[in-house]
Amino acid sequence: MNNRRQFLNNFAGGITGMALADLLQRDGYAANLNPLAPKKPHFPGKAKRVIYMFMEGGPSQMDLFDPKPALAKWHGQSLPESFTKDLKLAFIKPTAAVLGSPRVFTRHGQSGMELSDYIPNIAKQADNICLVRSMHTEAFNHHPGQLLMFTGFTVPGRPTLGAWSVYGLGSESENLPGFVVLSSGVGTSGGASNFSSGFLPSTYQGTQFRSGGDPILYMSSPDGVDKKTQRATIDAISDLNKEHLGETGDQEIASRMAAYELAYRMQVAGPELIDFSNESQATLDMYGIGKEPTNQFSTNCLLARRLIERGTRFVLMMHASWDQHTNLNKALKANCEKTDQGTAALIQDLKQRGLLEDTLIVWGGEFGRTPMQEVRNLMDPDGAGRDHHPNAYSMFLAGGGIKPGTVIGETDDLGFTITKDPVGVHDLQATILHTLGFDHTKLTYRFMGRDFRLTDIHGEVMRKMLA
Amino acid sequence: MRFVLLPLISLSLMQAANFATDVQPVLAKRCIMCHGGAQQISGLRLDNAADAMKGGYSGPIIVAGNSATSKLIERIASTKDGFRMPPSGPALNPAEIAALKAWVDEGAVWPAGVTIGKSVTKKSTHWAFQPLQKPSAPAVKNTAWPRNSIDNFVLATLEAKNLKPAAEASKLTLLRRAALDLTGLPPTPEQTRAFLADNRPDAYERIVDELLRSPHYGERWARQWLDLARYADTDGFEKDLPRQHSWRWRNYVIDSLNFDKPFNQFTIEQLAGDQLPNPSLEQKVATGFHRNTLINREAGVTRAEDRFDTLVNRVSTTSTTWMGLTMGCSQCHDHKYDPISQKEFYSTMALFSNSFDTDMDAPVPGELGPWLAARPAYLKKRQELLNSAPVSTWFATWQDKMRAAVTKPGTDIEWDFSVTSFRVMFDHAEKVLMMPAEQRSERDQNRLLSYFLSNPSHTLRGEKEKADNLKEIRDAIRKLDEENPKLTQAYVIIPDPSAPPQRIAVRGDWKTPGIEVQPGTLAVLPEFKPGDDPTRLAFAKWLVNDANPLTPRVIVNRYWQEFFGRGLVKTSEDFGTQGEKPSHPELLDHLANQFRESNWSVKQLHKSIVLSATYRQSSKARPEVEEIDPDNALLARQQRLRLSAESIRDSALLAAGLLNTKIGGPSVRPPQPKGVSELVYGNSAKWIESTGPDKYRRGLYTFFQRTAPYPMLTNFDAPDMSVSCSRRRTSNTPLQALNLLNDPVFFEAAGALAYRLQTEAPAGVEDKINYAFDLALGRPASARELTRLKRFLDEQPQDTAWTSLARVILNTDEFIVRE
Repeated sequence: MNNRRQFLNNFAGGITGMALADLLQRDGYAANLNPLAPKKPHFPGKAKRVIYMFMEGGPSQMDLFDPKPALAKWHGQSLPESFTKDLKLAFIKPTAAVLGSPRVFTRHGQSGMELSDYIPNIAKQADNICLVRSMHTEAFNHHPGQLLMFTGFTVPGRPTLGAWSVYGLGSESENLPGFVVLSSGVGTSGGASNFSSGFLPSTYQGTQFRSGGDPILYMSSPDGVDKKTQRATIDAISDLNKEHLGETGDQEIASRMAAYELAYRMQVAGPELIDFSNESQATLDMYGIGKEPTNQFSTNCLLARRLIERGTRFVLMMHASWDQHTNLNKALKANCEKTDQGTAALIQDLKQRGLLEDTLIVWGGEFGRTPMQEVRNLMDPDGAGRDHHPNAYSMFLAGGGIKPGTVIGETDDLGFTITKDPVGVHDLQATILHTLGFDHTKLTYRFMGRDFRLTDIHGEVMRKMLA
Repeated sequence: MRFVLLPLISLSLMQAANFATDVQPVLAKRCIMCHGGAQQISGLRLDNAADAMKGGYSGPIIVAGNSATSKLIERIASTKDGFRMPPSGPALNPAEIAALKAWVDEGAVWPAGVTIGKSVTKKSTHWAFQPLQKPSAPAVKNTAWPRNSIDNFVLATLEAKNLKPAAEASKLTLLRRAALDLTGLPPTPEQTRAFLADNRPDAYERIVDELLRSPHYGERWARQWLDLARYADTDGFEKDLPRQHSWRWRNYVIDSLNFDKPFNQFTIEQLAGDQLPNPSLEQKVATGFHRNTLINREAGVTRAEDRFDTLVNRVSTTSTTWMGLTMGCSQCHDHKYDPISQKEFYSTMALFSNSFDTDMDAPVPGELGPWLAARPAYLKKRQELLNSAPVSTWFATWQDKMRAAVTKPGTDIEWDFSVTSFRVMFDHAEKVLMMPAEQRSERDQNRLLSYFLSNPSHTLRGEKEKADNLKEIRDAIRKLDEENPKLTQAYVIIPDPSAPPQRIAVRGDWKTPGIEVQPGTLAVLPEFKPGDDPTRLAFAKWLVNDANPLTPRVIVNRYWQEFFGRGLVKTSEDFGTQGEKPSHPELLDHLANQFRESNWSVKQLHKSIVLSATYRQSSKARPEVEEIDPDNALLARQQRLRLSAESIRDSALLAAGLLNTKIGGPSVRPPQPKGVSELVYGNSAKWIESTGPDKYRRGLYTFFQRTAPYPMLTNFDAPDMSVSCSRRRTSNTPLQALNLLNDPVFFEAAGALAYRLQTEAPAGVEDKINYAFDLALGRPASARELTRLKRFLDEQPQDTAWTSLARVILNTDEFIVRE
């Protein structure tokens, strides 16, 4: 260490920024400086990266993934009290009438997975996905539910799944952030707390890509500053910093010089990332880019693929909102029309490119919706929706380490309670970390005198979901 | 299982259980290691009759004469792993279970005087809980070096390791260091010139005194306190609604620090200002410390749950801030490492749970006069508007309907829905609604009326004309309110005599109340003797009582941390057994004593630290020391410290001549790229950019939206303000580089700095560069720097060259570091 520093000090005057970065890298010095340098997990994981498609608000499982013909029989009636005794719901009373689903479910693929007519494209991927019909959570309100899903805890302050992932694995990208957040639709209940680094160093927090303007905040040089000036500026900064490094001997300065080099590389890589001109028209069409209503979500899907191709470790896509308290039939349809094609195209595209086998895809919300209806306006009976339901809901996973063409778990005739293979939020987290090569009980960070982990004191790896 | 047990049960019915031969050995062998004299997990103690019958945190476990309802039997007979007791080793055998069951059924008679095992009273020997020592300043070999007693402690440790302290930093470095540490702002060229010209021996002390007197001192140190108090300008959670008046408490903090309010008083006011005799307005405002907790206004959140989360946060924050303990660990179970029981966690919660959150008028100077003057006309006009239609009748109908929906939910789903949102959006909703109008306070009555005007629900369904009329009246009143002077509000806490007693939440779950607990605190610390009145006030006084060693240690350590980058106890948030031991235990106690003896004067403490030779050392790396002390714990030099996010912003604006130096007042919204606030739930947060001088206020005043914080703050490691933060982490990332390079705020600062070079400096290129260095770095440029920057200027187009140069300087590592 000391020799290296002296070496740097002695030569501080004469090396250009780029050369310094090279030197640092060759020397293995960058690995020490860069907290995002790739790291080995506890054991070889089948997934190397994650695309988490967070469907904010709670998509209705009995209208998409978990067919319940019995609902039609009960439609308009209240559930027996034995069902609803200890039930606490956000808005409706346990006595609310059952709402049958008008959706048509058909079997798909070799697995014969039953899926709804609202998601025809995802349905074509049935043999590539593992559908979990037995998710359950402890939280029945959005923000606590989202915090539980991402941090393992219902109040803010802890690191999120994405932050834990890059904390554990670092990033393969030298030009782009390791943890990227893409959003579509409206803002989510969780906002930045869904990708916060909590008490981990802020290096691990998600970098939010924006749909308008710079994809990364402050990625473009200010107006009137061209590439040449930006490069010359960074070179001058670098030289002054080197001068000062020699003066003070503080290695944090070398680290900052490396950060400025990476920033510059991001400025170059960013525009290339969002430039789809080298994507074939067939690809763009497969995603539904350039047409409505798919354009926004599908653009994020393609960006997600391009990000992971370039080494980003964790992409969190947030689509809001699936919170259909009212107008279920219309609003759910609208959401599906925006997202179904892009989701399916992403799975398909990753598969074609051989990326699906080591990329984990997770699709789902923070909870599900009730078999009972919610009516807010008596004048508009067609506007019925469903309330939040934490006891049983559906999500799906695909790719790295996940068993394709599988259905996990079952619910009762009304989709009210789980009857087989329950999967709790901490179990899902444990399983995700397992696919990445982590023992979830050992990926810890010491804070306030305690070793914290994503799964708190819970969580069990769901072997049935694993390939 | 059942068929195996049956014959045993019948056997037990025939034979009387013998306590001494059948029960006592089982308890002794399998129970009392966890539930005995040495430890009492879950508050349960089975080594003597009285405690065994009392039960644990969840209540009694033995119902004499009824084994079927005795939890003791349920737990030992269970087949469920994790629930069955004992949790490790084999389950009790059927004969043992039968014996205990029979003993309970026969009345659970415990022979008089029998105790099992030994009672152990453990006295914690952990250093932090021991009384403060009064160490005298140690003798040192190099007697010329120490400037005050701090230095004797530091030097003695260094000399013991055969190390010498570093040389003193240059005068310019010292000035910049002290200015940034004490005010969060770099020195101005005028200050630099004056200081350089001052050759008196006490020149440094004089400038330190000047900095301590600066009103910016209060701003800089408020920042640290706001982190601890998890201050923000919004509720947090999904709705994340703005809190328009949070800043009123922030004003209190800034003022208190500027007036050097004794820290014990500062403590008492914030935890219990309302309980002081004849409290002043500011003392009431001070209780806003704990109003900074988050509120979840999602419709489905029960108030009881949210209240519980709030109280957990208040207990944890209090314990982090004043006690340096991780009491949060004891929410669910006894602390694994430190002597903090779950019961004590809820006893501490009991100090806070018998209080009530409310808002009050808290005018700042200049507000009251115009408000009073406008009042009569305002009230008259408002009443006229309300009388222009049968609003009072409609209001009464609305209240009737709402009350009916509260008392008999399920009758009318639409009104049920109205009640659901009323409960979360209106503080203390049910209490106020159900109270007869004449018993409501004027404030509550007005609040309720305003709520009704904005949310009349279905009161006037089908009567469009009347509904429109109501809307017109509402709009007219809103307009009237806007036109009339208003009073700043404060969010405060007051006693709530009607609060139910505090119970333990079994396993930390608010839905499972256990036994009742009395207000109290930790047994490991000096006795809390509140007499008949275990109030927040008694607790606050106890925290700063002479016998309590923890508070002064924790506080001086956290201040020390700000001056050296690490505390004498590195884990400033954790003084428990899992925290780090102090590097200089005697110095810590010495400072703690001094602090108390100086009547808890924070400024005196800061002054003695800043005047010490230890503080004045150069921060340059010392490779020869690094081998022995890589963390610089021994303080053989100062430390280069990256500035806080706020201080980076402030420094850039100050160097640029843009900084608005106004102290206090409402939060502002400096320019921020689109797409940030849009992340907030339902795109509900509107970031309406502040204009004029408000654009250029210190970072401390930037509106903190919890679910979408100002990006520059987050990029530079500001905490998320949901839990108490005792020390910020410092990261070094490419996003920070992008932020400083390309954020329009910093680009504007570069432009403004360039303008100053053009207009304020002499014409020569070197003069201008030197002036830029003066403004930004508090020193002239070196020859090599001049050469390099002149080359840079030559490469740049003439019209933007100076802006580019300013941008280079504002992006140097040195600019965002204090050395």
